[in-house]
Amino acid sequence: MFYREAGQYKTTYQSDMAIFPLRQDRIGILIILALAYVAVPLMASDFILKTIMLPFLALVLAVIGLNILTGYTGLISLGTAGFMGVGAYACYKLTTLFPEVNILVWILVSGFFSAGIGVVFGLPSLRIKGLYLAVATLAAQFFLQWAFVRIPWLYNYNPSGAIEVPLRTVFGVAITGPTAAIEVKYLIALTFVVVLTWVASNIVHGRIGRSWMAVRDMDIAAQLMGIKLLETKLLAFAVSSFYCGVSGALFVFIYLGGAEAGTEFGIRLSFIILFAVIIGGLGSMIGSFFGAGFIVALPTILKFGLPAIGIAITGAIAEKIVVMVIGALTIYLLIVEPHGLARLWQIAKQKLRVWPFPY
Amino acid sequence: MRAPSATDIAAGEVILAVDNVSLSFGGVKALTDVSFDIKKGEVRAIIGPNGAGKTSMLNCINGFYHPTEGRITFKGETRPKMRPHEAAAGGIARTFQNVALFKGMSTLDNIMAGRTLKMNRSFFWHILRYGPAMDEEIAHRRFVEEIIDFLEIQHIRKTPVGKLPYGLQKRVELGRALAMEPEVLLLDEPMAGMNLEEKEDMCRFIIDVSNQYGTTIALIEHDMGVVMDLSDRVVVLEYGRKIADGTPDEVKRDQRVIDAYLGVGH
Repeated sequence: MFYREAGQYKTTYQSDMAIFPLRQDRIGILIILALAYVAVPLMASDFILKTIMLPFLALVLAVIGLNILTGYTGLISLGTAGFMGVGAYACYKLTTLFPEVNILVWILVSGFFSAGIGVVFGLPSLRIKGLYLAVATLAAQFFLQWAFVRIPWLYNYNPSGAIEVPLRTVFGVAITGPTAAIEVKYLIALTFVVVLTWVASNIVHGRIGRSWMAVRDMDIAAQLMGIKLLETKLLAFAVSSFYCGVSGALFVFIYLGGAEAGTEFGIRLSFIILFAVIIGGLGSMIGSFFGAGFIVALPTILKFGLPAIGIAITGAIAEKIVVMVIGALTIYLLIVEPHGLARLWQIAKQKLRVWPFPY
Repeated sequence: MRAPSATDIAAGEVILAVDNVSLSFGGVKALTDVSFDIKKGEVRAIIGPNGAGKTSMLNCINGFYHPTEGRITFKGETRPKMRPHEAAAGGIARTFQNVALFKGMSTLDNIMAGRTLKMNRSFFWHILRYGPAMDEEIAHRRFVEEIIDFLEIQHIRKTPVGKLPYGLQKRVELGRALAMEPEVLLLDEPMAGMNLEEKEDMCRFIIDVSNQYGTTIALIEHDMGVVMDLSDRVVVLEYGRKIADGTPDEVKRDQRVIDAYLGVGH
């Protein structure tokens, strides 16, 4: 009964086109932001921040990125982890070549490197679709993974073949490296996520987002509206890879603190992100958050939550259960609810609006 | 309502001419040596039995197919290989025989998509959304709302079009084509599969579009009553060849047309 729009009249097109047209939604998002910025860093333990919040924030950008490509534009990609890797290695090279430049700038710039690579591997998308495009992007995944291992210049000829994230400070506060405070890392990652989510939702709500969805739903008719297929698809690849690149840079610099060449950004991560998109909901921003939250929280809950309530479970078994649950849920959602958790959320909101009446 | 184009053509003059167009796919000849013209402001019907090449003709006009022989002149310009988006930019819009809407998008978004060519704010402004991109969006939204009022589809503005009944989908598709402010509107069987009332509504909209906006309309239709009432001139195709061309009355009396539709005794 609190979630009801009665009395909220929209008198301008601008208010009708707002991303959160309901006052309750706007209040809700402000509360969530306040909790994320104030309550979480104050209250949450280091363990929660380290094992749930940091990987969640890093991966959610990759999920948004893949959602732009697969959910909004209808182009399937299995190269997500490869593009994340490009971001991570670009950021590493940039900050070791030019250590005096602010690391936050390099994290953002590394997204552009990833976008460039994404456009190159997106070129076949004009001619091929569906499964065949998936195979073509798989080639990108394997090629990039090979490059991360075989080109020692990328990891500065480190004998162990790994990236070691150096200490970088902004205004005297350590942001990356082993000595950086976890709360600082969390706030940095959160800010990246908030700003980039805002940008992504702006893009998909305007002309560009409509062109993407038009290409997804009926490419023949889209051409007839004057939408150029190649440009539209390549723009989707560029924006998607940009998000993956920033996500990869955050993943290594903020979350992991170091990465083994070629192991972190393997095909497994590509699939997990694709599953997160499907579980969260194709073509939905909030779904990307649900999907990323689900795949990050599930292993932690199984590994640490179940023993806490007295169910003995080893890490190895938990790992296998995670794979089974994600796999089963993906198949279930593809058959029953292609719009994933986001659709369930919508249904719940609709029920809440008419409560206590059934409709 | 429409901005004047560089090559303004007075009403009644030829806006689109099809000269000796042939189209073949391997050994199959879809069109053979077809010539006709469309004059600005008229309603031109293309009729013929199934498989006569009517849809192939439309596909040639808006650039999905390129004629194997012959040429198509639009607004005095002949382009041998016109791409669909170039046709759209030139002012040719169309609807499809099997509705080709963007199923996952709302009615409003579908019609807004028809405005894509008129919107030119860059990617940078879209990142910000508020500011110039929003002003542009609002200006076009105003135009789209006019079309929504015109077609009487206000109640389904925010419904995903995949959930709409067939008759309404056809109407939304017409709205999307109108949003492009076309000079030539190609309608491929706009009344197929509709009941009598829906047909009457659709006829009313077509007549209104023609009268209010002066849009040139080329229309494929199987309902002869509709064709005879709506169109100014009719071209009849059979097996990819033109067999008759003229006013509805002339065409109705043409022996070859009667034979094509009723069959001849052997």
